[in-house]
Amino acid sequence: MFDNLSDRLGGVFKRLRGKGRLTQADVDEVMGEIRTALLEADVNVGVVRNVVERIRVQAVGTQVSEALDPGQQIIKIVNAELIAMLGGETLKITYASHPPTVVLMAGLQGSGKTTSAAKLAAWFRSQGRNPLLVGADLQRPAAVEQLRVLGAQIGVPVFSIAGDPVATAAAGLAEAQRLGRDVLIVDTAGRLAIDTEMMQQVADISKVVSPHYTFLVVDAMTGQDAVTVAKAFDETLAISGVILSKLDGDARGGAALSVKEVIGKPIAFAATGEKIDAFEQFHPDRMASRILGMGDVLTLIEQAEKVFEKDQAEATAAKLMDGEFTLDDFLDQLQQLKKMGSLSSVMGMLPGLPKEAKDAQISDDMVKVTEAIIRSMTPEERRKPEIINGSRRTRIAKGSGTQVSDVNKLVKQFSEMQKMMKRMGGAGGKGKKGGGRGGLGAMFGGAPGGAPGDIDLAAALGSRLPPR
Amino acid sequence: MNNSSLPMIFLLLAVAGLVFGIGVVAISRRKARAVPQIQRVTPVAPVVTAATAAAEVATAVAVAPLSVRDRLAKARSSLSGAVGSVLGRSDINDATWLELEEALLRADVGVRVAQSLLGALQTRVKAKEITTPAQLIDALRSNMSSQLVGTSRDLNFDANVDGPNIWLMVGVNGAGKTTSLGKIAAQQIALGRTVLMAAGDTFRAAAGEQLSTWAERSGAQIVRGAEGGDPSSVIFDGVQSAHSRNIDLVLADTAGRLQSNTNLMEELRKVRRVAEKGAGKVTEVLLVIDATTGQNGLQQARQFTEATQVTGVVLTKLDGSAKGGIVFAIETELGIPVKLVGLGETIDDLVLFNPTEFIDALFE
Repeated sequence: MFDNLSDRLGGVFKRLRGKGRLTQADVDEVMGEIRTALLEADVNVGVVRNVVERIRVQAVGTQVSEALDPGQQIIKIVNAELIAMLGGETLKITYASHPPTVVLMAGLQGSGKTTSAAKLAAWFRSQGRNPLLVGADLQRPAAVEQLRVLGAQIGVPVFSIAGDPVATAAAGLAEAQRLGRDVLIVDTAGRLAIDTEMMQQVADISKVVSPHYTFLVVDAMTGQDAVTVAKAFDETLAISGVILSKLDGDARGGAALSVKEVIGKPIAFAATGEKIDAFEQFHPDRMASRILGMGDVLTLIEQAEKVFEKDQAEATAAKLMDGEFTLDDFLDQLQQLKKMGSLSSVMGMLPGLPKEAKDAQISDDMVKVTEAIIRSMTPEERRKPEIINGSRRTRIAKGSGTQVSDVNKLVKQFSEMQKMMKRMGGAGGKGKKGGGRGGLGAMFGGAPGGAPGDIDLAAALGSRLPPR
Repeated sequence: MNNSSLPMIFLLLAVAGLVFGIGVVAISRRKARAVPQIQRVTPVAPVVTAATAAAEVATAVAVAPLSVRDRLAKARSSLSGAVGSVLGRSDINDATWLELEEALLRADVGVRVAQSLLGALQTRVKAKEITTPAQLIDALRSNMSSQLVGTSRDLNFDANVDGPNIWLMVGVNGAGKTTSLGKIAAQQIALGRTVLMAAGDTFRAAAGEQLSTWAERSGAQIVRGAEGGDPSSVIFDGVQSAHSRNIDLVLADTAGRLQSNTNLMEELRKVRRVAEKGAGKVTEVLLVIDATTGQNGLQQARQFTEATQVTGVVLTKLDGSAKGGIVFAIETELGIPVKLVGLGETIDDLVLFNPTEFIDALFE
């Protein structure tokens, strides 16, 4: 995996430590790292050039304050710049006074149009609308069939007639009016931006349905070509917004930034998983830290808030700090953690996690193994793992269907974690509410204060967890 | 300080610790233990449709060198612009390097590869081995070519296997696995081999139907399972059925998956393993990569190879404006050869990869 920006900058600033002010040469070096980070995230070369210039202007002469280390200051500038670029005007769906509100989907082959069309339909349903899907992709074998299956899953009717896509779209519009559906979503065949014939066809479809919204579906894994494609589609269809697909992968998604910058149209939605409801409105701030490879803390906090009970969380936190955290509590945490989604997605969102941990492919089945080991322990063993001797180990391994070495590793890891937590607890107060803040604050690279949404992301992302 | 935010922070921290702990246990478990069975196994009802030979398919393994170049050139190469500008100068200066680097980056070869390609040339320019822009361009071109030649790009078919050869198609969602499989089937049939398709994409709605259409077009047989069924057993059944009917080649489709999804990658690992449980041997695992893919392509190649021992890359949609430069990185950094290239929607548009043409297309 590529290094994230904070790692990259960390190396540079180590050498700059003690300087009161960044010189031109220092800034050049820093800008080089930012450029590389953006390029590795697939941000378009031309866009990178502009962004780096803008960041340079802000960074030159930045006063290096005592409170924040210079790396964090730069990251803050970069992050703010990216958010500004990705955000700005957002797309707000307003419904046509004479229904249906017509939505046209367009994009390259395999970008995810059909799936996104169905997800969008489900989203409209959740907004209390009654969409009709029109399958005008008569090119790819079984594309209409795919749409029908998806439509049936979400309870949205699908209309299509064999033959001509333009005629299908027109008939679809008439059908929506006849059935009184208030939103019409037209799925079209994938096409290359340089295929003039096919681009003409989609222009014709657009003409007959006069869409209120035309969405370009862009794969989050797209490289440099994203701008060429976006420009061509925008010229032909006057795109109203972008749907970013396959954002659940590990692509940094720099294409989002490129497209936004080049055609100036908002990124309206992001598809974040295989399930139909894995579709959400776009968050520029999260995308910015993702492009920089620095995790997605806000999403994580949001998910944590949904899952964890506040009182229980406080109690656990206190225990953790006082070193009274037992394997039982650990088991408890695992259960909660499982509710937050797959472990790999949680891991992906954690900033500053040691590389070894990120590289370790963690599947949810592995949690099961850990659970099995703990469940094979007696209550006393869970409270005091240090009493686990050779024969207990063998019993636990047998009981959980694992090897003795696995049990050893778990116990060892746990005790090391306990020690680490105790140290941190000791650094701050004594487990009182907010008492541990000093130690923790240091870990998260600043002073996380205010409501979760207000956490200083740049500062939080600035440092990494200490090694185990 | 807001009270509600604090426990969250604590918990995140706890989570980080926990996850790390689990990670370490997990690494050893991963090696020691067989992979848990994935999801419910729906009984597979193999449907074997007789091949309907389609008259429209008249094809050979067409390598049409001229048309490849033409089609690649259709989307005017961004590098050619830079080359023109580099050649237009009388000497090699900073602008030269910047232009060449940006041109390589625009083709998606990636920062590291671009810098190493140019770094080698910078040394030679300093040593006065290269003095003119024209020499520089030539050297860059031949450096790139030499990194790509010498790899075998033939599709592996082992006539001595007891049972059918099995070719597995893998890749992320929307890369073009099913379409490429259909085209390969038609070409292999034209070569005189008998082909059976195993519809292992049981996840995406109507993927089976899509493959059936290709089976009809190409005259291949097909084995399908229930939607949502276990892909391993569908493919296993396909192999069994091919074996009993003396079919030469099984082309196994799989559902698209993002390489970061551990569970789905485990499923794929199992597919690869189970495919060889009976008669037959997996002689080719083709990773399908979309030419528009950026730097994530390298990660795709790494993860899919780790799970299924990829033997070759199929680069699709190269007839668009994207250059597919990431396969240069994949081949040079990971040693996985690019075998086939998709240049259009018809069966003849899937051709053998020709490195010289690929690189020329970047420069012309």
